[in-house]
Amino acid sequence: MKTIVRLENVSKSFEKDKYVINNLSLDVYEGEFLTLLGSSGCGKTTILRMISGLEHVTDGKVYIDDKDVTELDPTKREVNTIFQNFALFPHMTVFENVSFGLRMKKVSKKEIESRVKKVLKLVELDGYEDRYPSQLSGGQQQRVAIARGIVMNPKVLLLDESLASLDLKLKRMMQIELKKIQRKLGITFIYVTHDQDEALTMSDRIIIIEKGVIKQEGSPQEIYQNPNSTFVADFIGESNLLTSTIDKINDTTIDVKFDNKIFVVNREEEDNIGDKVYLMIRPENVLVSNKEINNSSKGIIKTLVYDGAVTKLFVDTEGDFDLKVNVQGNTNYKEGDTLYIAVENKNIVPIREKKNEKRR
Amino acid sequence: MKKGDRFFKFITLSPIVIYTSLLILLPLIYIFFLSFCKNDSYGGIIYDFTLSNYIAIFDITYLNIFVKSSLIAFIATFICICISYPFALILRERSENLQNLMTKLIMIPFLTNSLIRTYGWIVLLRKNGIVNSILITSGLIENPLSLMYNNLGIIIGMSYTLLPFMVLPVCSSVFKIDNTLIEAARDLGAKPWAIFKKIIIPETISGVFNGSLMVFIPAIGYFFISDILGGGKAMIIGNLIKNQFLTARNWPFGSAISIFLIIITFFLVWIYRKLGGKLDDLGGM
Repeated sequence: MKTIVRLENVSKSFEKDKYVINNLSLDVYEGEFLTLLGSSGCGKTTILRMISGLEHVTDGKVYIDDKDVTELDPTKREVNTIFQNFALFPHMTVFENVSFGLRMKKVSKKEIESRVKKVLKLVELDGYEDRYPSQLSGGQQQRVAIARGIVMNPKVLLLDESLASLDLKLKRMMQIELKKIQRKLGITFIYVTHDQDEALTMSDRIIIIEKGVIKQEGSPQEIYQNPNSTFVADFIGESNLLTSTIDKINDTTIDVKFDNKIFVVNREEEDNIGDKVYLMIRPENVLVSNKEINNSSKGIIKTLVYDGAVTKLFVDTEGDFDLKVNVQGNTNYKEGDTLYIAVENKNIVPIREKKNEKRR
Repeated sequence: MKKGDRFFKFITLSPIVIYTSLLILLPLIYIFFLSFCKNDSYGGIIYDFTLSNYIAIFDITYLNIFVKSSLIAFIATFICICISYPFALILRERSENLQNLMTKLIMIPFLTNSLIRTYGWIVLLRKNGIVNSILITSGLIENPLSLMYNNLGIIIGMSYTLLPFMVLPVCSSVFKIDNTLIEAARDLGAKPWAIFKKIIIPETISGVFNGSLMVFIPAIGYFFISDILGGGKAMIIGNLIKNQFLTARNWPFGSAISIFLIIITFFLVWIYRKLGGKLDDLGGM
């Protein structure tokens, strides 16, 4: 796969010696839908702005299509940004908004017309050329903003929380729409969001950022199924995190002890007997039963929340730990019921917090 | 509406109602009434209906004064725009503290009486004044420039006195521009001049109109500036009206010019509203 954007040891500080981004390196591949995911203030928007050139890097290099653009003005970079508030020019019509970039590039009138027409058709806004942004709904404004970006044929399209201001239903629709547009055009999208749902739905690859540092990167499945830290496990989806200790080390596996039960999980090089290991269990992977089953714990349903497709149980176990459990569809359980819970070994993900990793 | 609310409204509003009706509305009605009267040769008023005062305005002498006043006011307005725009644009990128400080610094001199400040300009502008001395000592000119007792003096005085009325609305509209609009324009390849032309001007035009109105209208009427810095030789509408009341003692004619000026003012406001209204539809406000 060809690298289209490369950040090399990039740092950014707005105040002296206070780094928002510290020595970050990142490769973005051609044609992928990449999401930078992190809570607000983690520096993800800053990374985007350094790629677009709206923010200078304090240190390091930025490459777009193998060309060093570190010192290049945003007007000359072949990337375009879709802003969170869309930033449509209020005094211009849809046509004037979408054609703005082409007019700045002195493209011929005839070409402008055909390109704008094509792109408006793509975002399903043909016939809206003469409307002003204030006459459009939120979703339509969003699509004008996207059209204004992709009409430039950028090498990369940067989207800064572009769906955040839409209501939930529209957001879901636009997520699928956006993905469709990206597939159709084959342009690389770099999407910044704090919404993990959005990231899982749209991305080919997710990069999780915390405090300006990459915590994990991988496909949505990898990140959901194998989070490498408690932070990621907690941030993506719902999870139970249980603290266990290593009891025995085998050839390829280790036995960990939790609640006087032994679970078998994969071994890692630096494991030692007595080390602390977090066990991550997704709520939907917990088995529930009325009868005692192998290696199960007894518990009482403290709270029951009906959520349509799933019913969420908060179970208070005898072993002095609480567990979130999701059961598909309707159940006959009520709050206060007693039940047995168990987890298969393959659904337990061990997480080792690295000792040398400083949590700032 | 409850009875108590009405009483409260009456109490709070009555001072302003009494003030405006006694001191603004009544005199205005009186002037309107006077403009249709005749005057006798001793400065008295003959209460006899006539349109001759209005017809007299269209004499070439007076029309010249109207044209000249408008021209001076127009140039002063233009100078104010030329000063305010760069000021606002440069300040836009600075911190809010500096913005507050600078706009306050512009305001502070205006706490002093404008008549006194206009006299202050004499010290600067006269033949052996500060500006001429500096220019001569630095060798730029040999003979002193006539900077006052002419139209130039009036324009300098008007621009200075009315500057805050332009700076404030222009600043407030320039500071209000959404920064992401400018970033979006840069992102789409717009260079600084294109950003100014395509984004900043359309986004702030309402503020500039607003300021222009606030500068242009008083500039037509500020007689003391042309009295002091124009040396009384140059006549603008303000002087003309003042002279009719105080020197020529032709109150009916003075009233007619005043009413005419009010009509012009309303016309300008109407144009502004028209343009402003259009801007609104464009989302320019």
